[in-house]
Amino acid sequence: MTKQTINLKLKVWRQTNPQTEGKFVTYDAKDISPDASFLEMLDTVNEGLIKKGDSPIVFDHDCREGICGSCGFMINGNAHGPEKSTTVCQLHMRHFHDGEELVLEPWRATAFPVIKDLMCDRSAFDRIMKSGGYISVNTGNAQDANAIPIPKPDADEAFLSAACIGCGACVASCKNASAALFTSAKITHLSLLPQGKVERGQRALDMVAQMDAEGFGACTSTGVCSASCPKDISLTNIATMNREYLKAVITQKEEMGGGDGV
Amino acid sequence: MSVKLDSKIPSGSIDTKWKDHKFKMKLVNPANKRKHSVIVVGTGLAGASAAASLGELGYKVKAFCVHESPRRAHSVAAQGGINAAKNYQNDGDSVYRLFYDTVKGGDFRAREANVYRLAEASVSIIDQAVASGVPLAREYGGLLSNRSFGGAQVSRTFYARGQTGQQLLYGAYSSMMRQVDLGTVELNTRKEMLDLVVVDGKARGIIVRNLLTGELESHVADVVVLATGGYSNVFYLSTNAMACAVTAAWKAHKKGSYFANPCYTQIHPTCIPVHGENQSKLTLMSESLRNDGRVWAPLKKGDLRKPEDIPENERDYYLERIYPSFGNLAPRDVASRQAKFRVDEGHGAQGQEAVYLDFKDSIKRLGEDKIRERYGNLFQMYDKITAEDPYKQPMRIYPAPHYTMGGLWVDYNLMSTIPGLFVAGEANFSDHGANRLGASALMQGLADGYFVLPYTVGDYIANTKLGEVNTSNDAFKATEESIKAEINKMINVKGSRTVDSIHKELGRVMWEKCGMSRNEAGLKEAINHIGQLRKTFWNDVKIPGTANELNTELEKAGRVADFIELGELMCRDALTREESCGGHFREEFQVDGEAKRDDDKFCHVAAWEWNGSADKPQTRHTEELTFDNVHLATRSYK
Repeated sequence: MTKQTINLKLKVWRQTNPQTEGKFVTYDAKDISPDASFLEMLDTVNEGLIKKGDSPIVFDHDCREGICGSCGFMINGNAHGPEKSTTVCQLHMRHFHDGEELVLEPWRATAFPVIKDLMCDRSAFDRIMKSGGYISVNTGNAQDANAIPIPKPDADEAFLSAACIGCGACVASCKNASAALFTSAKITHLSLLPQGKVERGQRALDMVAQMDAEGFGACTSTGVCSASCPKDISLTNIATMNREYLKAVITQKEEMGGGDGV
Repeated sequence: MSVKLDSKIPSGSIDTKWKDHKFKMKLVNPANKRKHSVIVVGTGLAGASAAASLGELGYKVKAFCVHESPRRAHSVAAQGGINAAKNYQNDGDSVYRLFYDTVKGGDFRAREANVYRLAEASVSIIDQAVASGVPLAREYGGLLSNRSFGGAQVSRTFYARGQTGQQLLYGAYSSMMRQVDLGTVELNTRKEMLDLVVVDGKARGIIVRNLLTGELESHVADVVVLATGGYSNVFYLSTNAMACAVTAAWKAHKKGSYFANPCYTQIHPTCIPVHGENQSKLTLMSESLRNDGRVWAPLKKGDLRKPEDIPENERDYYLERIYPSFGNLAPRDVASRQAKFRVDEGHGAQGQEAVYLDFKDSIKRLGEDKIRERYGNLFQMYDKITAEDPYKQPMRIYPAPHYTMGGLWVDYNLMSTIPGLFVAGEANFSDHGANRLGASALMQGLADGYFVLPYTVGDYIANTKLGEVNTSNDAFKATEESIKAEINKMINVKGSRTVDSIHKELGRVMWEKCGMSRNEAGLKEAINHIGQLRKTFWNDVKIPGTANELNTELEKAGRVADFIELGELMCRDALTREESCGGHFREEFQVDGEAKRDDDKFCHVAAWEWNGSADKPQTRHTEELTFDNVHLATRSYK
């Protein structure tokens, strides 16, 4: 089953390190199988570059099955490329035609500084998680898992929010570079579950504060984040976050100290 | 020599060993815990849960990962589920039955005591996961749901659609991030462990390379925990993520940690077949699909017709035919082997290296919506990769390397042959014997991290005199120098072969000669070939750029160099083990295509000792296995 291969022209953002200026460099991608993934196409280009003694195009990637959230860059202005609900590692070359020209750029956001070429620093997401994206339970404290029944619709909805892979496509697509979809997905996931309700107020306050401190922009509800999300995280998460935040601000009690301690 | 391999299995009956052992362990008082430091390398399920739990106890923890964030660890990709002996289904499950199934599933090559402890811990893992917010699947009544997995006749697998690993990892990751927030865990990302530092015979630290800058850093601790996963990427094409490597474990091995049962590898039966030369990795289709999918191959040899044109009576549902009591839920090693036999005999799907996984009957019985609810994301993934709709035509599947049961040898406390070096999760060898049952890897990673290490690490600290060590110690300096020399040597070869081309060549040899079936002649050829390949690497590898910058080719090259040495050891281990067991199938030892064990000669763990150079053969040590509870028997799923 030999299939017709295709040739493409790539305009790729090359930047040696965060300090230097970057520029677009044009490469030919030749004899690409339509069954190859987008990253396998870049592997082929890189193999050619290495053989010539040039430095390969750097991009983050790992699982290559759309779940680790490592990969992601802009293809012709679209986060993860033209296919809906698809990470770039799961984007296959059959969706492109022979002779097409593609522009590849890293995520662009103040809070995601470029490290090299198409790789950027998304550690701001970890710091948002650290500020409150958890339930304060130590190992060994848990009661039987079936002791608290959780209505199936709540569990299912929590799962849908928890499915966020933290790739950053939402931020990259947003004209304000807002991290509202990422942050709200975690707030929603945990506030829907009985185990997470105890800390819901403080969590919303802390995570929103950290999101702002990282330099992400405000949300103006354009919805492009959800539209470009490879995991279809719903825009309603942001409404939930706003509600949780507002409720917490209004009902905020002075912390009495103590907390969960170490 | 064999004195060194003391498994330290506690005495007493199987169901009280762990409880009694925990009581007998020494404790570290809370004020003293703060004075002790633990390095955890790897932040997947085992590493993140260990770092979180040790941090909660009050130890000073430093966690390291090669990724930009712990959430990227490859545990994230586990699809199907996690076993636990909850018996919520009232279908006859128990800790003992999970223990029994796992020992039998591993073809009697795992340690009974470890497996029993694993089965006991399974129950608490589900409780812990739910408490930390993992949204496991539920029934309409609000209680947890279960599905079935291979090698078991009860329904004990908990799941979150086809993303169970992702959700469990995020649970452990968020618990760890809470400790980062509280200051007990220091998180180090994009740093790769390149060696272990041993001072006065004890593991006292590691050297890492900062992947962004190329700088080497020394880190000291009282205990080092490796939770760095498995080595399936020795095959180049596997279901593992691109960064999965044996490097951390291999460097520890070269420092004196024995490597156990390297030839025990799991070839998973249901993966999407290879599409072409430029393929970079393979994608798994979860074993859970075999709950509702039926595996078949064309009955006629060389049948090139499309599956829809092959009538029912010309299809061979071979798993149901050969294993009537387990049917499509036969364990992985068995199902993989049978798929290979069909293809080798000329019954491949449309003449290719593939068989079918068909949902036609389930869709007829349950409706497409029910199937979508159960496996929607998997069907979508299949469709994306192959451009074929599995609701309309059967999936094409073929076995692929997926998991490695072998790993660093550890005793009952999960401590390696180097005092102070603990190994958890897939990186150790301890619980799955020669074949791992589905939904047991997540269970083992979390059991080790949440419920075993927090006790055994404390016991080691309480019992050990740990002198003051800092990074100016000679051992740290010498180790750093030797890493620098090796990196420089590698980068200065400036040959003609790219790292990937060498890795692909290694992968092909391993797959053909040390894959689903092995024989003496093939293994000898492979050892020869790999020896040559090692020379090729060190004389002809081409790595662009320098060592003092972000250099992805240099990262890959280091990992491939270690895979080459490991590959040779895997072949030697497979050659020496003159029997078939689980995933290790020696063609010379079989009864009608089923593995034929030799319990008189090989009822033991083989643990290999490094002898200072890749040119010197390693020394094989053994640990005898005894089966006092599950009696040695021929494993049958018929």
